[in-house]
Amino acid sequence: MHRRARVPALLLLVALLAAACGGNDQPGSGSGGRASSSKLTVFAAASLTKAFEATRDGFQKEHPGVSVTFNFAGSQALATQIQQGAPADVFASADQKNMTKVADLVGAPRVFAQNVLEIVVAKGNPKEIRSLGDLARKDLIVVLAGPEVPAGRYAAEALAKQGVTVKPKSLEDNVKGVVNKVALGSADAGIVYATDVTAAGDEVEGVEIPSDQNVTATYPIAVVKASKNQQLAQAWVDHVASGAGQAFLKDAGFLPPE
Amino acid sequence: MAVAFLLLPLAGLVREAPWTSIGQELTSPGVLLALRLSLVCSVGALALSAVIGVPLAFVLARSEFQGKNLVRALTTLPMVLPPVVGGVALLLAFGRKGLAGAWLERTFGLTLPFTTLGAVLAEAFVAMPFLVITTEAGLRAMDRRFEDAAATLGAGRWTSFRRVTLPIVAPSLGAGAALCWARALGEFGATITFAGNLPGTTQTMPLAVYLALESDTDAAIALSLVLLAVSLVVLVVLRDRWFPTA
Repeated sequence: MHRRARVPALLLLVALLAAACGGNDQPGSGSGGRASSSKLTVFAAASLTKAFEATRDGFQKEHPGVSVTFNFAGSQALATQIQQGAPADVFASADQKNMTKVADLVGAPRVFAQNVLEIVVAKGNPKEIRSLGDLARKDLIVVLAGPEVPAGRYAAEALAKQGVTVKPKSLEDNVKGVVNKVALGSADAGIVYATDVTAAGDEVEGVEIPSDQNVTATYPIAVVKASKNQQLAQAWVDHVASGAGQAFLKDAGFLPPE
Repeated sequence: MAVAFLLLPLAGLVREAPWTSIGQELTSPGVLLALRLSLVCSVGALALSAVIGVPLAFVLARSEFQGKNLVRALTTLPMVLPPVVGGVALLLAFGRKGLAGAWLERTFGLTLPFTTLGAVLAEAFVAMPFLVITTEAGLRAMDRRFEDAAATLGAGRWTSFRRVTLPIVAPSLGAGAALCWARALGEFGATITFAGNLPGTTQTMPLAVYLALESDTDAAIALSLVLLAVSLVVLVVLRDRWFPTA
């Protein structure tokens, strides 16, 4: 480019960039109308993936201009990220333990759902697994969530209650990892939430665990104190805990909070 | 600014280290288990890489054939492929339902996922290119007249290889081996995806660091320091290759 033309071209580019980044005011954005309030970041346990994604559209329609972003992972990983200062607005955990871990960083938690465990097996249940006791069989490749993951702890609790000793071949970082290993055919069985079996649809099959052998998981949700969108975050919590979100949770197979 | 960018994370690691309890952290059973497993797997991966990689290096350096460029591209692929993608690919090939995996299970009763052998395979997959590329470069740079001379003196091919070729390419081979071993030691994505995560069987040090971070930050930092120290040692050993002084 000719030297003289370069400077104005650069200035034009900078001006364009400034214009793009600057005025972001969107009409009717949630609370306050400033650029920062139109994005909501929700950290949620992996088992909430389908239910939360399904309820996102409804929430965004109720709050025009708002876009909700999710970070789904094992609750223990999310809690650590929040402790390290990750920019979450809301935290939804699969157990009280991980909510307590960040107690001084979040507002008052509220239980919004419950869940139970189910054994996940390959489609058709070729290995004929019928109960928790069967998981101790030597011919099976069983995969569990790690002991720090809520699903892993609940599973260990259920197995201990029945006196069953399982030697898992892998300890996954979150409950979806267990589902994936079974769906891919790498593992014969795993212990996941009933909602995970539903969410995986045709790829897997579930073997129910009778309620006297089962463990109930409680899911608390809270607004993160450092959030820059307190009102919006609270709106999400309300939406999920008592509003329209409850219907989606129910559809996914979650039990209502008691 | 680039130096600060590279130095800051390392400085942070050293600063946050639990120096008072580090002895305890490094000798706790979980950490020792991960350390030992990592050493076993990385050496195994190096051995596997050498056995199939060195012949490949020879072929690439010495022969001309159709499709040679494809073979070379294939050899370099694991170097640029994101490791976790490598893990997924390995699963699809060697998993129980995979192309080769199903056959292996049927014929030999061998399953690779969730085994230490699987971890070795994952590490070899990502680390072998380093050995092949470096050895090939050494072979290409070598003066073949030494081999010719050996032949005229009556040395058979194996003798010539053993006593002439090998000693000459030994530095390249050594450097390639060091890089291959270090890469295998640090492998995470392919290992956790293909081999899984079980302390003592497949939970190598990088996996242990990742998981420890979620519950026991001190252990994570201690393990990280060990891996950092290993990387520095490799750098020092190879400094003449990367920072030629002559």
